[in-house]
Amino acid sequence: MKLTKENAEQYLLQMYQIRAFEEQAEKSYMAGKIHGTMHLSIGQEASAVGSISTLEPTDFIIGHHRGHGLCISKGADLNLMMAEFYGKENGYCRGRGGSMHIADIAGGNLGANGVVGGGIPLAVGIGIGLKMQAENRVLLAFFGDGAASTGAFHESMILAVLYQVPVVFICENNQYAMSFAANDWTTSKKIAAHGEIYGMAESCSTDGNDLLEVQSAVEAAVKRAREGGGPSLIVNDTYRWRGHSKSDRNRYRTKEEIEDWKKKDPIVKFRKHVVAKKILTEKEAETIKEQAYADIEAARIFAEASPEPDVATLEEGVYAP
Amino acid sequence: MREITYLEAIREAMTQEMERDSRVFLIGEDIGEYGGAFQVTYGMLEKFGPERILDTPITELGLTGAATGAALIGMRPIAEIMFMDFTTLASEQLVNQAAKLRFMFGGQSKVPMVLRTPAGSGTGAAEHHSQSFENWFVHVPGLKVVMPTTPYDVKGLLVSAIRDDNPVVFIEHKLLYKTKGDVPEELYEIPLGKADVKREGKDLTIVATAIMVQRSLQAAEELAKEGIDIEVVDPRTLRPLDTETIVNSVKKTGKVLIVHEAVKTGGFGGELAGIIAESEAFGYLDAPILRLAGREVPIPYNRNLEYNSVPQVENIVEKARELANLRV
Repeated sequence: MKLTKENAEQYLLQMYQIRAFEEQAEKSYMAGKIHGTMHLSIGQEASAVGSISTLEPTDFIIGHHRGHGLCISKGADLNLMMAEFYGKENGYCRGRGGSMHIADIAGGNLGANGVVGGGIPLAVGIGIGLKMQAENRVLLAFFGDGAASTGAFHESMILAVLYQVPVVFICENNQYAMSFAANDWTTSKKIAAHGEIYGMAESCSTDGNDLLEVQSAVEAAVKRAREGGGPSLIVNDTYRWRGHSKSDRNRYRTKEEIEDWKKKDPIVKFRKHVVAKKILTEKEAETIKEQAYADIEAARIFAEASPEPDVATLEEGVYAP
Repeated sequence: MREITYLEAIREAMTQEMERDSRVFLIGEDIGEYGGAFQVTYGMLEKFGPERILDTPITELGLTGAATGAALIGMRPIAEIMFMDFTTLASEQLVNQAAKLRFMFGGQSKVPMVLRTPAGSGTGAAEHHSQSFENWFVHVPGLKVVMPTTPYDVKGLLVSAIRDDNPVVFIEHKLLYKTKGDVPEELYEIPLGKADVKREGKDLTIVATAIMVQRSLQAAEELAKEGIDIEVVDPRTLRPLDTETIVNSVKKTGKVLIVHEAVKTGGFGGELAGIIAESEAFGYLDAPILRLAGREVPIPYNRNLEYNSVPQVENIVEKARELANLRV
């Protein structure tokens, strides 16, 4: 895809919105405004924005539990997202799903998933449906390196190839499945190799902190899927700066390792690139950053002012009428 | 009316619904050329082609998730799990995903799918091919659970299940597949959540599920010779449950025996007993609510041991006679 000024603005804005959303999420949690837990993708923004920037608005995504970035990349309304994070009635899921289950069905986001690997079999079925509906739509199915160990992943790869579904499977390899390091069979190349083993047309790894490299790989896979060429598997190698969830004490990795990865900040990398290429000025880039943080502050205010669900409605929505 | 088997009635319901609605498709193991392990889908591949009869490798989790995902974007899949025992492998997608997607997305979506699966013992298939897990799924808000017992019911209930906008676990008993009955050729619906009084009586009520409905009806004929008049109620759908029909029957007879094949502990009978005890029928009871259910063992291979693992007609006769004669 050509990197126009308009595109560069959008990608930078979305990456900053993701960063700002998650920093705000953390602050709200620490302030005791949120209960439960959350899984932050700070440091992984280029994987989400780079991948989803290749889609048409009518295409679909399905996500995983670390999915705030995916929602924003697919064009979620930040107010409704933050309201959901706060468990409010006017959130995307009426406060029933929270951080781990944000979905925007009308916007083509078929939902985040609380079970590691749980969304991958769904992706195969969505692919089967899309193929039957024959409207040339595709699905990006996101999961993490932890999910690549599950039976759900392996069964789904087999079915996806068998039915030649228009799905691009994207593994966001952030190096750790909770505390289990991706240093054995789950290393990037080994996950990607499954695409070849199971007979996909293409599988590869990318520098997941390089938005343009991610975009280029996913763009080719999306095109192939749309033209009936079947599924692909792409592994975006990246890193989560924060712990797995709020219970994480970071016992399994060193401060030095985290600091090393922070030097590879995907937002800084992209910003430096577009400034160096004179697509954006430093001032324009800074204005975009300020805009993103202002958007999230507005979303926070919206969410905090939003109504709580009425307990009288508790049992609504379990069954379709 | 024309007589066909329970198995043929299932095939006819699926075939006619697929002819009527292009969103309906089948997915499952060996459902194509093989015709399914019990031949339920025999001939459907020839009729509809591999685009709508999706034969899968052995991937219970994967195929159940695939059905769920397809339903999420507006298709109406029917998944077949070859034996109910293997729903253990499919449960993550069924229980965590299919059942919850609508609620946890705040009502944005629906999951109109059917998961068909044969349950029950009596075929000598031993521990891994004989179980009745209906109550595991009854326990999950978001799922519907149907257990039809006659050829007429199975067709009408399956049509309703396919047209329902929720995930439906549709449990077929293997020993019923070859039973025959009157079934209309045209499409018809039997609403989910509506019980059926299979035999009217005044002395006591038997609430039974699956093959136990047939056995209870036989037991009722035996006891009629002794002057004991038994009413047999078939819930047909366990979730949602037609409590009204059950409660009314118990109010009428004052005595109730619950019969199911699944193991008694944690079985659906406990739920039924609880519902009756909490209802206005309690005041009408002339005796304790009794349960007759599967023994507390896995289903064994040996013919005689297998036979004795679950209620048989003579056990129902004995228990019902005991209850009929009980005065508290």
